[in-house]
Amino acid sequence: MFGVLRAYVLIALWQARPGLAGYDVADAVTFCFVTQALIGPMQLFGGGLTLPERIRSGDIALDLVRPAPLQLWTLAEDVGRAAYLFAVRSLPPMLLGAALFGIVVPADAGRWAAFAAGFALALVVSFAWRYLIALSVCWLQDDRGVAVLSLVLTTFFSGMMVPLHLFPGRLGDLATSLPWAAMVQLPTDLYLGKASVPETLALQAFWAAALMGFGALATRAVRHKVVIQGG
Amino acid sequence: MVRTYALLAWTWTRAAAAYRGSFALMVLLGFVVAAVDVAVILVVFANTTALAGFTRDEVLLLYGAASLSFTLCDMLVGNLDRVSAHIKAGTFDTFLIRPIGAWVQLAADRFNPTRIGRIVQAVLVLGHAVTALGVGWDRGWMIAVMVATGMVIFGSLWTLAGALQFLLTDAPEVVNTFTYGGQQLTQYPLAVYSRELVLGVTYVLPLAFVNWQPGLYVLGRDDPFGTPEALRFLGPVAALVLALAAMAAWRQGVRHYRSTGS
Repeated sequence: MFGVLRAYVLIALWQARPGLAGYDVADAVTFCFVTQALIGPMQLFGGGLTLPERIRSGDIALDLVRPAPLQLWTLAEDVGRAAYLFAVRSLPPMLLGAALFGIVVPADAGRWAAFAAGFALALVVSFAWRYLIALSVCWLQDDRGVAVLSLVLTTFFSGMMVPLHLFPGRLGDLATSLPWAAMVQLPTDLYLGKASVPETLALQAFWAAALMGFGALATRAVRHKVVIQGG
Repeated sequence: MVRTYALLAWTWTRAAAAYRGSFALMVLLGFVVAAVDVAVILVVFANTTALAGFTRDEVLLLYGAASLSFTLCDMLVGNLDRVSAHIKAGTFDTFLIRPIGAWVQLAADRFNPTRIGRIVQAVLVLGHAVTALGVGWDRGWMIAVMVATGMVIFGSLWTLAGALQFLLTDAPEVVNTFTYGGQQLTQYPLAVYSRELVLGVTYVLPLAFVNWQPGLYVLGRDDPFGTPEALRFLGPVAALVLALAAMAAWRQGVRHYRSTGS
């Protein structure tokens, strides 16, 4: 429903400015429904992870003594959740968009492969970001403030609302190189075949590695903090 | 009824204000979240001068008016959408045995004054649009009417959606589609949407009267869909009809409430 309304706004914009950002109207509509489909698996509105509650209740101590690294354990859980959300939250809007407006479907296998790789990397980036937000509870005690901050940054800078190519000048360049772009804008561009595949995947891989690295450091810090508090 | 509501709302406000830092932060964050929508409008208009024939300030006027009525309504009766949780948990019983209407109690339940941040944001946008467009009193009076009309329409939608919960029991998404979908729809001039959709929200679910029809009068423009001129002034009538329907539906819902027995 929300995707349909957004599609009309984008159509109106592309009617006023055909060929904007290298998209035609069909691309813009496709962009709208692909990004709508990514909301579920990428958990763009935050949440998904049970960590904040577990940290507050102290159950996190149990998780830390388990013989599996906390970060990878949580990632595995999150990927499973994303697979489920992909089935129930991603396919219906795509089908609806295809039925109502008609969307672009990549014909060659290469583009599908690039999109699949970009989608997988986007999942890791999204998870790594939300993992960091979740762990911040250890220091802040409450996750509502950072959750809202994350919501604003993610919805605005991921390209979920309008393509990042529309952002004027420097802001646009900056936005497309930030981690949030790696969650939505970059995989969608791979789907549409509008970006160079190696460069896009490299940028996504960079953010995935960087954020996972920070996450690993934060996990170690948490371990010490929990030990100090006596578990 | 109004006195009870005010009393309950004031109690929740005092409770929320007990944590000052948190209160201020929530107000500020509400403001920032709401600002994202405006940022999107500004990004769109960084690329074009007109969207479906409407300029940036005209869109901001429509956005500001709809947003003001929506956020006011969200603060005043938005908690009605928690009725599904109460029905599921069986706690709705407690609302029924108290000597005031369940609707008033539910609307005031967990009254959230921190939503004032969003209201301030809407007022600022509306104020900017009115001054930028130079809207005079001769047509500007309609803005007050449309905000009031919008509040009644959104409030009725919340009530209708709440009434539906008695039937569906556990489907708060239905509420969201009605209310937040309505907010999303009214953010842009209806001229961007398809004819069928606009006819639907004009004659079936009167969302067009929140800001579109009266907004056209304020802007002194013709409807691109060619609806008659008289419709510009029919907002209050549409709102009243919807409110009566919502009231009837709510009564039916409460009458058909079956407690969980726990």
